[in-house]
Amino acid sequence: MASRPDEPVRAAKGSGPLTADPKLPPTAVDEAVREAEDKKWTPAKIALWAAIALLGGVAWFMLAIVRGETVNAIWFVFASVCTYLIGYRFYSKVIERLITKPDDRRATPAEYKADGKDYVRTDRNVLFGHHFAAIAGAGPLVGPIIAAQMGYLPGTIWIIIGVVLAGAVQDYLVMFFSMRRGGRSLGQMAREELGVIGGTAALIATLLIMVIIVAILALVVVNALGESPWGVFSVGMTIPIALFMGVYLRYIRPGKIMEVSLIGFVLLMAAIIGGGLVAETEWGSAFFTLDKVTIAWGLIVYGFIAAILPVWLLLAPRDYLSTFMKIGVIVMLALAIIVVRPEITVPAFSEFASRDNGPVFPGALFPFLFVTIACGALSGFHALISSGTTPKLIEKERQTRFIGYGGMLMESFVAIMALVAAISIDRGLYFAMNSPAALTGGTVETAAAWVNSLGLAGVNVNPAMLAETAANVGEQSIVSRTGGAPTLAVGLAHIMQQFIGGTALMAFWYHFAIMFEALFILTAVDAGTRVARFMLQDSIGNFIPKFKEHSWRPGAWLCTAVMVAAWGAVLLMGVTDPLGGINTLFPLFGIANQLLAAIALSVCLAIVAKRGSFKYLWIVAVPLAFAAVVTITASYQKIFSSTPAVGYFANNAAFSKALADGKTEFGTAKSVAAMEAVVRNTAIQGWLSVIFVVLSIIVIAMALVATIKAFRNHSAGLPNVDNEDEARPSKVFAPAGLIPTPAERELQAEWNKLPAELRFERAGHHK
Amino acid sequence: MSPGLAAVATGFRGFARFLGGVLGADAYAKYLEHHHAAGHGEPPLTEREFWRDRTDRQDSNPQGRCC
Repeated sequence: MASRPDEPVRAAKGSGPLTADPKLPPTAVDEAVREAEDKKWTPAKIALWAAIALLGGVAWFMLAIVRGETVNAIWFVFASVCTYLIGYRFYSKVIERLITKPDDRRATPAEYKADGKDYVRTDRNVLFGHHFAAIAGAGPLVGPIIAAQMGYLPGTIWIIIGVVLAGAVQDYLVMFFSMRRGGRSLGQMAREELGVIGGTAALIATLLIMVIIVAILALVVVNALGESPWGVFSVGMTIPIALFMGVYLRYIRPGKIMEVSLIGFVLLMAAIIGGGLVAETEWGSAFFTLDKVTIAWGLIVYGFIAAILPVWLLLAPRDYLSTFMKIGVIVMLALAIIVVRPEITVPAFSEFASRDNGPVFPGALFPFLFVTIACGALSGFHALISSGTTPKLIEKERQTRFIGYGGMLMESFVAIMALVAAISIDRGLYFAMNSPAALTGGTVETAAAWVNSLGLAGVNVNPAMLAETAANVGEQSIVSRTGGAPTLAVGLAHIMQQFIGGTALMAFWYHFAIMFEALFILTAVDAGTRVARFMLQDSIGNFIPKFKEHSWRPGAWLCTAVMVAAWGAVLLMGVTDPLGGINTLFPLFGIANQLLAAIALSVCLAIVAKRGSFKYLWIVAVPLAFAAVVTITASYQKIFSSTPAVGYFANNAAFSKALADGKTEFGTAKSVAAMEAVVRNTAIQGWLSVIFVVLSIIVIAMALVATIKAFRNHSAGLPNVDNEDEARPSKVFAPAGLIPTPAERELQAEWNKLPAELRFERAGHHK
Repeated sequence: MSPGLAAVATGFRGFARFLGGVLGADAYAKYLEHHHAAGHGEPPLTEREFWRDRTDRQDSNPQGRCC
């Protein structure tokens, strides 16, 4: 059992700026006690971890080695959860010990900057949920589905191993370093650590990457709602529902968030059921059946209005709704998979794993699988959330491992469940849904004939089966519903109907899934536009100071219009692309996201080097090198590959030549206008790839320069510049992880005995 | 209430509190607690004023939502 540290030790450790308040119990578990507790392996503990390792090993064996006809979905759950537990218990502790070295005697920004509004100490379990809701959205639900083209194993390995060694490491480090800097954003940290050139490149890259990410998320929604009156009605209804919730919270019952979220949830369910009824009527079908271009324009107009409306009216209430749905859906999906345990017939490696001409996304497994699955394995976008918002709410330094590393493991689990849902449907159906209309021909007959002609093992679809599936989920057609969302919805409907309701409820579950994906994406589109607008305003503000005034309407509207026009143009390009949209643009989304990860990891590398942890630099350098190699290779192939399906410029040249030769149709483009569109689109996509990769290489190079400089200083015995906020003593205590350790419990008991007037004292504030 | 039912009720209340925390429903209570502990001279914002101020500040300080 842990013993209380004796007085002299504590006094010696507490010297310097971190002198603890003598009236209070210790604010951290004594170092030696914690070490001893950590290293003490009781028989029960050994048995538990042996069992976890064994179960995980068996699950991986079932997934990767055994080649039966089918594999049960439950093995995906065991393989992922056991690997996460081992990664969390062992690898994240290595990072904590060697890199971050948290000190609970130090106050966090939530304590020393406490203002009761932005900087608020938050219970670790609540903050875990809050952070998870902020990082997880539609991304992990889309990428793994598109990547399932290559079979289940490559995606599964990348999601699970990638998150443990790369994704969760990035989230954890960025969160910790931002917390040590008072909650500074990634952009501010890049400027501080990498200098003006690196910082500016990082800022421009971030801005462009946000535009691409918002555009492609919007494309996913458009593809899911095109020609779907039910979907258009029920997703459209989220706008009046959110407006009502906003007014309710502002004027009727302020602050009753749980109450209004429940009301909103009930209305949402009514909208889904109502959508089915409306879509069956003649007027409903006529009014809400919209083509993709119309929906895209609707989304662009909506995006502009939503981004200039006050937050309370639309963004905040929809965010509550989205968070509410997120937690519900994920719990439901996990339960359903565990209860139903579907049998998977998809092969571990499909025929496309060794080819580079897959219909869902082009390119070879390396590097394109690793950019197709970004969210869930390694997502650079998380660095923007992990810096800034969450670090201002952390109660104790040690909790960053649970919230940052653990939160990302949770997202990875969502990605695994999405993968399971997608591969639980028939493989022929999968390719009929996810291949562009240019290949499938758009009708059930042509799609079935085309899928069967691919020569995939065990695949034999017939038109009647495609038509029946569409009818079951309440859609006119499911052929070429690319973008991942409809496939996930069919998979989820397929699993859920075995759990609750049977075939009769399939249409409800399908539209329920479309609804929550649209909800997540609309929130991301709206928030992304706003964040990008402020970044643009601040950037222009360096030249025209007036733009820095955020309340200056013309500036705000102009910058919003610029950002919406930017992503709107990419969206329209994707919607009208004769080559199919998702399969040409999705790689760009993944590359953008991973390049942002490379930028975030570069900043972390420079910081770790400046802290003098050179021996353990590999913990950051390995994921950074991997992300850099993957994205730079992918960009290189997108720019220089001579295979038209892969290389943007090769495609551009092929279509330009066809136009010059006077051809009126070429490949999947059936008219001169379509051919010209391809020439234009590929040029834009190609140049965007060039800009991204050049900016990212600048940032990585500046990080390497900073690292080498730090090493030289270190060798010469010179101090490195440390941009952390000054250490202030903490006056509070809270356990670090989900379950308090015995020593933490003992210390907590000591704090609980403290008189109330001492216990809640905040550090240095107005006293 | 039977002990079993009471346990379920406690569990449910705990979950509701957790969900409320994740949504940020307890922000005003936390603000009041902070205001009280910090010993400000002026009276705290009313509930209505607080929520109004909170969302209005988000207008010029947006929080990212991820993909």
